[in-house]
Parts: sequence; C-alpha cells; structure tokens
Amino acid sequence: MKHFVRVGILTTILTVLIGSGLDNLGLMPVLASVQGAAIDALFRKHIWVISFLFSLIIGFMLYSFVVFRRKPGEEGDGDHFEGHTSLEIAWTIVPLGIVMYFSFLGASALAETRRADPNAYNITIVGSQWSWRFDYTDYDFSSTELRLPIDRQSLLTLTSTDVIHSFWVPEFRLKQDALPGEGMERELRITPTLLGDYKLRCAELCGLEHAYMVSDVIVMEVDDFEEWVEEQIGGPSGDAAARGEEWTKQFGCVACHSTDGAERIGPTWFGLYESEETLVDGSTITVDDDYLFESILDPQATIVEGYDTVIMPPTGESMTEEQILDIVEYIESLTE
Amino acid sequence: MDEKKKVKILSLGLIRGIIFQVVGSAVGMGFVMLIRVLMGLPAWNAEPVWVGGTFIGVLTFLIGVGAFSDWFKWAKGEETTDHPEADPSQPRWARYYNLSLDHKVIGVQYGVTSLTLLGLAGTFALIFRTELAEAKIQFLDLGAFNSLIGLHGIVMIAAILLGIGAMSNYLVPLMVGASDMAFPRLNAFAFWINVPGALLVVNSLFLGGFDTGWTAYPPLSARAPLGMQMFFLGVYVIGLSSILGSLNIIVTTIRMRTKGMNYFRMPIFVWAAVATSIIGLTATQLIALSFQMVMFQRLFGMGFFDPNNGGNVILFQHLFWFYSHPAVYVFILPGLGMISELLPVFSRKPLFGYKWIAVSSMAIALVGFFVWAHHMFTAGMEEYLRVPFMYSTMLVAVPTGVKFFSWVGTLWRGKIIFPTPMLFTLGAVSVFLLGGLTGPPNATVATDLHLHDTYWIVGHFHATMFGGFIFPFFAALYYWFPRVTGRMYNEKLGKLHFWLMLPAYYVQSLWQMRIGLLGMRRRIGDYDPALGFDNSQMVITVAGYIIFTAVSICIVNFWISAKKGQVAKDNPWNSRSPEWQLPTPIPDHNYVDHPFEVVGEPYDYGLEGSSYVKMLSTQPKAASAD
Repeated sequence: MKHFVRVGILTTILTVLIGSGLDNLGLMPVLASVQGAAIDALFRKHIWVISFLFSLIIGFMLYSFVVFRRKPGEEGDGDHFEGHTSLEIAWTIVPLGIVMYFSFLGASALAETRRADPNAYNITIVGSQWSWRFDYTDYDFSSTELRLPIDRQSLLTLTSTDVIHSFWVPEFRLKQDALPGEGMERELRITPTLLGDYKLRCAELCGLEHAYMVSDVIVMEVDDFEEWVEEQIGGPSGDAAARGEEWTKQFGCVACHSTDGAERIGPTWFGLYESEETLVDGSTITVDDDYLFESILDPQATIVEGYDTVIMPPTGESMTEEQILDIVEYIESLTE
Repeated sequence: MDEKKKVKILSLGLIRGIIFQVVGSAVGMGFVMLIRVLMGLPAWNAEPVWVGGTFIGVLTFLIGVGAFSDWFKWAKGEETTDHPEADPSQPRWARYYNLSLDHKVIGVQYGVTSLTLLGLAGTFALIFRTELAEAKIQFLDLGAFNSLIGLHGIVMIAAILLGIGAMSNYLVPLMVGASDMAFPRLNAFAFWINVPGALLVVNSLFLGGFDTGWTAYPPLSARAPLGMQMFFLGVYVIGLSSILGSLNIIVTTIRMRTKGMNYFRMPIFVWAAVATSIIGLTATQLIALSFQMVMFQRLFGMGFFDPNNGGNVILFQHLFWFYSHPAVYVFILPGLGMISELLPVFSRKPLFGYKWIAVSSMAIALVGFFVWAHHMFTAGMEEYLRVPFMYSTMLVAVPTGVKFFSWVGTLWRGKIIFPTPMLFTLGAVSVFLLGGLTGPPNATVATDLHLHDTYWIVGHFHATMFGGFIFPFFAALYYWFPRVTGRMYNEKLGKLHFWLMLPAYYVQSLWQMRIGLLGMRRRIGDYDPALGFDNSQMVITVAGYIIFTAVSICIVNFWISAKKGQVAKDNPWNSRSPEWQLPTPIPDHNYVDHPFEVVGEPYDYGLEGSSYVKMLSTQPKAASAD
C-alpha cells in the first residue's frame, strides 16, 4: 500500500511540473482569429491530460526501477501474480469514457469553427504552382496579398489550378486543402481578431517551390480595408502598358517572370519582345504580339527550348481579352 | 573453424539475381519497344519502356536467385527435396547470400537487409537534416530535397517491414515448436522479392527523382518525373512480400503448434505477429491498387484522379490511406509484442494480464481499419465524415492503454535487472508513450486543423516509430544475438548505444513538436529565418547525427562480436521460452531431434517448481559452438 501512496505523490508532482511547464512555455503562436479560440482551449485540455498520463506511467516505471531492482547478490524471482480482472475492466472502461468525452469536445470545437455569418466578405483563393491569388468576388478585382477586415468574418473559397495546395495561417489556426477541379471548391471561415501582418504559407507539398509558396496577409481596420478596396477598383489607367503592369501584379505573374533580366522559373520579360527563340521542336520564332497572346492564353501550345518541364498555370483563362492585350503591351515596353 | 573456402562471386544467389535483373530489364525494355513498333507507335517512350522493362527485370531477378526453381520443377513433374543441404564447397557465410528454405537463415537475411536499408534511409535523412540546420539553401537544391525526403520515408518503411519479417520469421516457428514455416519456398520468395523492389525504389533517384513525398498524392504524382514510376513499381513489389509473408505466419501459427501449445499458452510475440499478419494479408492490396491507378493514369490516360477527365483527387487519398493507416499498426504491433515478451524475463514475474494483452493486439488490428480518414481531415472530403473518424481514432487509445498498464503491472514488485535488451525495452515504452499521447490532439479534428502537415506530426510519428519499432527491434537484436550467433555482443558498447540514442531521440522529437506548433511546415527544404527556428533546427540535426552514431556503434559491435565475441551460454537470460532450450547452434529443422510439449504457462517466473516446456528428447545438448 505504501508503494501506491509514494507513486501517487510522485505522479502528482510530475503532472504539475510537466503540465504547468508546458502551459507556460507558450506552445502556440499568438491567437488571431475567433475560430482559433476553441482550438486553443481544446489543445490546452489535451496538454494537461497528456501531462497526467505521461507522469502516471513514467512515475510507476521510475519508482519500480529503484524500489524493485535486483540488489547485488540477491537471489530469487519477483512476486508471482498473473493479473487482476477488476483492474483490467477499470482501465478499459475509464479510458473509454475519457476518449469519448474528448471526441465530443472535438466535435463541439469543430462546430465552433464552422459558424456562418451571412454577411461575410467573399474571397476566392486560387493556389497555383507556386503562388496564391486572391479574387475579391464581392468587388470584382484580384490581389496578390490577402487583406482582411478585423472582427468581420471572411468566407474563403479555396481552389487550385493544378495540384493540391493548402491554406494555413498559423495565427488563425485553421487549415484547408485547395483542390483542382470544377465543383471541388472548399470553404474556410475566418474572423481575424488582431491587427497585423501575417504570412500564408502553402501547407501541402505541391512540387519544387512548395517551400516558397508564400503570400502576405494583412489584417486591417474595417475603414482602412474599405479604402483599400476603393483603390483597387478605382478606374484603370488610360495607358495600356500601365494597366498591363497592374494585371501582372494582380494575377501573380511576377512570381515566375522577372522584368529585369533575372532568371526565374519562367523566361524573363526584359528584352523578350522581338527576340528570337528556339522552340522544343528545333524551329525558331520571333516573339511577337501573337506569340505572347497565345502563350498567356494557352501556355502549353508553343514551348521554348529549356522550358518543357515547367508547367505554367492557365492563368490566362481567368483574364479578359483586354487584360491579356494590356499585358502584351506591357511586355513590349520592357525593351533593352 | 571453416577453412578459408574460395567463393566464386557468380555462385552467390544475390549476385546472380542482380545480374539477371539488369540484363532482364534491358531485354524487357527492348521487348516493350518491339511491341510498340508492332502497334504502330514510336519505339521509344520513356515511361512505358522503363516501367515494362524494369517489371520484367524483377521477374528475372527472381529467376536468377532461384526463387522459382522448385516451382518450375514441379510444373515439369520433377521431385524436389524439402530439406536441401547447403553446398559443402561454400563457406558457411555464403548461405546468407543464396536462396535458403530455412526460416532461421531467411530471418537473418531479413534482419541484415533491414539494417542496411535503415542505414541507407538514415543517410538520406542526415543529408537533408544537414541542409535544414540553417535557413537558406546551403548545398541541397529543392528538387533533390524533395526526392530525398520521399526516399527517406519509403526506405524506412521498407526497413521496418523487413525488420518485422526478421523477427516474425526467425521466432514464430521456434516459439510454437515447429520445424519451419508452413510454406518455406513461399517464405524464400517473399524475402527475395524485396531486393529487386528496393533496387527499383532507389533507381528512382537516377531517373529524375520524385517530388511528392512517399504519399505520392495526385495530381502532383501524375505529373512527377519518371522516378515516380520506379517508386510506384518498387513499392508494388515490396507490398507483395508483406502479403505472402503474412499468409505464412498465420498458417504456421494455426497449423503447426506443438503438443500442448494452445493459443493462450503461446509466447505473446506470436499473438502480435498474427495480428500484424492479418492486417498485412488484407490491407496491403489497397496501396498497390492506388499506385497502380496513378501508373495507369500516366501510362494510358485513365483519368481516375484527373479532374479534367472525370476524376477526383480525394479518391486517391481514401484508397491510399485505407492501407497506410493499418500499415502503421503493422509497424508497431510486433514491437509492442516484443516489449511484452521481454519484460517478464527481466522482471522475473509473469506478464500481467496475458489474455488481455493478446486480445488488445487483435483489437488494435481491427479498430485500425476504421480510422484511415484521420489523415484527411483537411483534404476536402465531406465535412460531416470527419466526426465518426475522430471517434474511431480516439477509440484505438483504449487497447493501447491496456498494454501500457499491463507493462507497468509486469514491472511492479519484480526483481528487475537492466542489461542492454531491457534498457531498449524500457526506452521503447517511454518513447512509444510520447508518440501515443501526442496522437489524441491529432484525432480531435479542430486541433488537427492547426497540427496537420507540421513538424508536430513529424515528431508524433517518429516517436511512435522509434517506440514501436526501432527500440524494440534493437532490444530483440541484442536479446537473441547469443541465440543466433552463439556469441555475446559487447555489453558496454550496447549500453553506450542506448544512452546515446534515448536522450538524443527525446530531444529530436520534442524540438520537432515545438517548432511544428509554432508554424514549421513539413516537407520544406528551406524556411524563413524570421520564424526564429534556426537554433531548433540545428539542435534537431545534431540529435540526428548522435542517433546515427549510436546505431553505427551497434553495427560495429554486432559485426565484431559475431566473429570474436565471448562464447555465450545456451540460455544467458534464463528464459522459459522453447527456443532457449535448444543447443547451440540451433539444429537444422529445430525440434525434429529435440521435441517438446507444453506443460505450463509461458511466464510463470517466480512460481516454484513450474515449467513451461518439457523437452522430450534424450539427446544430450551439444557442446557450445565454435
């Protein structure tokens, strides 16, 4: 009996040490969403149960190593007992109850993260190898940075143009894969609670540059957000090349194409117009308006040597004809 | 002592097999090209030619090593012997490079191959861990990184499956009192097919690698380089080994137990091996199927997972995880059985609640089939589906808990000693405890939304793998080393291995979990320095190097001790188990000249005058081995 009392004390001490240690270690990043609150609360409960169960088993084991070790010169065997049926039943039923309870808590927490606000802002998030684009469908413009109003729910609709990507901002906690295909759009609801700058980093291995598939996330006051929206939809410039430059920023082209000659995944636009290029089939072409237009609308149609293993996403399919023509004008303006 | 016998390299089955595989692949490639020409297609297309050719290479390897020989003879109406003698002109060690029907030789073959693959996968890990120690790319480009993490994963899985094959094949017949496995030729076939399979997987590196990780999700895997196909084909082939080996274990256990060996008097490891085999026999087909479907999408344009062709990407994940979740129970059930097997010996008292432990292995195997979609909580399947999978996943904790409490009950009031095998057994319990306890946060869906695809998950599954396989496997290797080789390993080096590996592993795991919670994603070759993870990454890398060093010390210890170690007593651990009652070396066909019957309980240590087995033979035990 005295053994059980001693182990009980050891277990209690270990539980308190480990549990409060973990509680005060700052395990999670700062919490910046309403939906994350239920997650953090549940995680904290998990940490305490983990601390207790770890201490229980380790406590019994460490005690046994000291008190029940064979002393030098000692002969004989251990106490002969084969089992204890009531104990077995107890340590089957009690854990069963605990895990069912935690499952129930888990279901409740999940429901919290799905609470819908009918007045939520609508943003469609498009993942492509290897950049994100944010289509503000309420206002009909696109951006390469995710700006969100604080204390308001945004309904994020996730999709992909190619492979599976995944949306995750650690401070918001929620994660959801972005899938390719018609009808495969998936939703997340986020209500940010803390102003600041965060990062969206793709959370599903999506190929070569998965590590660098990152976008900025800015949580703003509602007024500032509305002001930003106004700027985005404010009348386009009269100059085609200037508009084209805007579109390339909005549609994320600059993730793969530089404008200063630097080598990136796709060919640089600097000096591209009117240059001669060799295609994969060995023939040569001059890069003219028609070629550029075709390349944006159907990237796989005519491929330049050396780029046959790189697949440009069909971004052009989301653009209007005017937008593509503006972009062609812009590329033309980047002469040596 | 064997005189130094010269061995012709070409007489070794392994070498013949590899040569046949290379030549057969080339011939196979030519054959595919010929068929393409006859069909009016251009002769060369990398994918079908390589896939078809290397598949034929697998078959020719098996022909070269002799795995089909007896079956070919039967087809021709010829007789074969069940007890082939080893070639007397070859030294003893050569038998391990040839096809053998002896389960003990096959067990060693599995074990050595497992350790080799462990070293290979560990080397891959050290390479990318060195890159990850600091932010920014130092030497390993992103493409090479992606291939290496994928290869680390699949080669480790193969190493685990082979290690399990080693333990099960060597021990199950000995433990139930059988002279060999039910199907010795199938056993040899199931071992040897792993070699061409592993060569295919490694070959992927030379054909462009693959950028998907071992989970190979389409659409990414459908557009990955040619190396992806070598990966698919290699895993397909290795999976067949699991299925056939499992069949053998189950039949051997049901049909070949000796007199008195009823089910609840078998050594507990046999229960674990059977539970594992039930999973292996029935679930492995699903990974083969899911991979085959991607292969056909690539080769024949069948749009199973192509959204532009009527396909659904989530379907792959269901099919893949339907095997790959039960697979992780395959990985841990034998190790947990090993813990149950060794604790009574070193506590000198019965295994607490033997029947409950035996049934808990079966329960884990059963429940393990109902949880697979917990790998898919963020995948985009129907939202409501996540809830039942959460309940079923949490349920697995119950039989697992029964094991932990029973292990505590086995140690309680014992007379405990701590030689190396016991250290590894106890280390296994504590590491598996860490792994198991970090499971429930992943099971409750809401918390998993934060944890999925981070280093928390990496920490969790490495802890379950180290605790459920790596530590128990080393415990088993040290424990049965004197039985297999007749010599003792060096105890000081064994303890050094343990005291380096345990703390290093804890540090590695805890640091991984910490940065995972703070935002460190999985499967990235570079991370933002602004996250402040540099120091933690360096710590994890150093821990990895220490683990590698510790394992290397073990390999050196085994290599030297097998030749020059102190000659061991017949039963150094004073075990009641039947395999320790045999002379050294264990005679061919085990108990044929040393039969026994079961007269008591396996783990009645401490019960005066009780016996487990009674040897029926009057043969004196041979003097200790050379």
